[in-house]
Amino acid sequence: MHKLWASTYKEMLLLVRDIGGLAILFIMPLLLLIVITLVQDSTFKTITDTKLPILMVDYDKGTVSENINKNLAESNSFEIITKSSEEEAKELVLKGDYQLAIVIPENLSVDLDQKVNENVDGILAKFGLEEEEGSIPIVNSKMEPKEVKLYFDPATQQSFKSAVKNGIDRMISKIETQTIYRAFQEQLTEDASEVIFDTESFITFTEIVPGKNSENIIPNSSQHNVPAWTLFAIFFIILPLSINMVNEKNQGTFVRLRTHPVSYATVLGGKTLVYTSVCLIQFALMLLVGVFLFPVMGLPELDVSGRLPLLFVVALFAGLAAVGLGLLLGTVARTQEQSAPFGATLVVILAALGGVWVPVFVMPKFMQLLSNISPMNWGLNAFYDVFLRHSGFAEIIPEIALLFGFFVVTTLIAIGYNQRKNAV
Amino acid sequence: MIQINQLSKKYKGTDFFSVSNLDLIIHEKEIFGLLGPNGAGKTTLISMLSSLLKPTSGSFSINGLTYHDNKNELKQLIGIVPQEYALYPSLTAYENLSYFGSMYGLKGEELKDKIHGHLKTLGLDQFAHKRIKAFSGGMKRRINLIASILHQPKVLFLDEPTVGVDVQSKNAIIAHLLALNETGTTIIYTSHHLNEAENFCTRVAIIDHGEIVCKGFPKELIAAQENAYNLEEVFLSQTGKALRDHA
Repeated sequence: MHKLWASTYKEMLLLVRDIGGLAILFIMPLLLLIVITLVQDSTFKTITDTKLPILMVDYDKGTVSENINKNLAESNSFEIITKSSEEEAKELVLKGDYQLAIVIPENLSVDLDQKVNENVDGILAKFGLEEEEGSIPIVNSKMEPKEVKLYFDPATQQSFKSAVKNGIDRMISKIETQTIYRAFQEQLTEDASEVIFDTESFITFTEIVPGKNSENIIPNSSQHNVPAWTLFAIFFIILPLSINMVNEKNQGTFVRLRTHPVSYATVLGGKTLVYTSVCLIQFALMLLVGVFLFPVMGLPELDVSGRLPLLFVVALFAGLAAVGLGLLLGTVARTQEQSAPFGATLVVILAALGGVWVPVFVMPKFMQLLSNISPMNWGLNAFYDVFLRHSGFAEIIPEIALLFGFFVVTTLIAIGYNQRKNAV
Repeated sequence: MIQINQLSKKYKGTDFFSVSNLDLIIHEKEIFGLLGPNGAGKTTLISMLSSLLKPTSGSFSINGLTYHDNKNELKQLIGIVPQEYALYPSLTAYENLSYFGSMYGLKGEELKDKIHGHLKTLGLDQFAHKRIKAFSGGMKRRINLIASILHQPKVLFLDEPTVGVDVQSKNAIIAHLLALNETGTTIIYTSHHLNEAENFCTRVAIIDHGEIVCKGFPKELIAAQENAYNLEEVFLSQTGKALRDHA
């Protein structure tokens, strides 16, 4: 036990003496968390706060284009810049000056009115035809379908394109529906002020996140970002840890230790205690940032009420899993050139597999299966269980057991590898 | 007593033995010098005896113990002063010594007294709380030595302990080792400083190509060699004058 404490104290001293390294260890994860949350939060806010400039080429000059312009303006998401030529708009979008150009075709309003009126006439005549068969045809003309063109900057992300396309599609459907209602109104009554149809949407939707005790709390972006990026930062501990171990090999201190009556497990034990503590301090700092700094920066406050003990349990086991991986990497790597790039890339891969970048449920089936073997996925699920699903200790046992198992397995492999490599 | 029987070591990827069927007995309280040109097999032999390398064949025992059967007991019995400094540059001299002493099971006042005792004898007490990275080569060599003798080893292996140090540091190291030997520690030492070895060692062996080419008391070896007046002349006549560069 004395040897373990001496190892722990030595590790702590090595860490504390490297002020620059220590600062990086604590400040960079906080910076990462703040930047990611700001970026993601502003993405959500684009709908309400930030106006995206888009180009509009209106060849229609009618009620439909008027409606599209009005709806886009009312959405508060776009700043509409009118252009007279499709070619000019297309060029500007292609150059990347604008993300989107909307081209409304000529006579769209007139043709839509005509099409709807013909359909309405046909329907009304159909009712009349039961008495006077064959007097009025149901459809009079064969009009070509009209096409609203959307030009996107090639660099525009697919998710943004989908969101805009869906929004415009919904808008056009609404305009069509209203035009149909208006045509019926005009046919059925001569008094324009008389309201026959209620044109407001009959079906609406409400967002409900089921919670315990009938509570209905919608998680904010901080509740989503803090667990994911905290976990990402915790796993980055494998870099300084593996570099510390490679340094010991280069300095010759590791060789000296091999001649001492001390087990490799004890040496690793000291590192585990110190670096797991670092993970917990990182986690505490990130929570403090989420709770106190985020509101000052205009970000949603992180709500940790009543969940702190469980959050620290998850952080502890996630930290252990990360440290286990670091111990293994530090044992196997011979140089910093091996450990640093490999460690950094591995963390990013584990994060991607774990669902930190993209939710697991939208991944292809094969990747979803792979995701099950990422310790970051177990950690993230445990954090979401506590943060967003308000789960208790019993519910997170499977995830923390996996994290602990991962720590045990990686550490045992490291000890076995060292034993095999240095057997006498 | 160290008893070595037919000990050999062949590194992976090489087609020669660095140590070849070596037989040797080193008696208790001896200061035994292993001398030889670069690549002769000195460091390989010491690395095997101090548990850092696995022999290809053969065996050895130290005070009747083997690493196979008594690993921790044997490690507690020996000390090794490596050729490199093998210290933590960002820790102070005291912190380094405290850590390595603790790994030998020393603690509390006993550890503290031993650290300060050795530091004082080697003229480093006033630098106890300075970081190693600020030390000169000679100071690091002395700390490197103390780190290996805090637990009063029965057998001490030294791999070129005075390489690259000034005369004052060298004298202090040699004097400290002699004092340690007086208390019962057997010393096995490698060096290229043949004058130093001639004065310091009670017995020497000259190794070349992994084999012992001659061994005995320095004065006897000098007397036995025609036209030789010191150990260096014996060494050159046994190993030749050809350069021994290797990579």
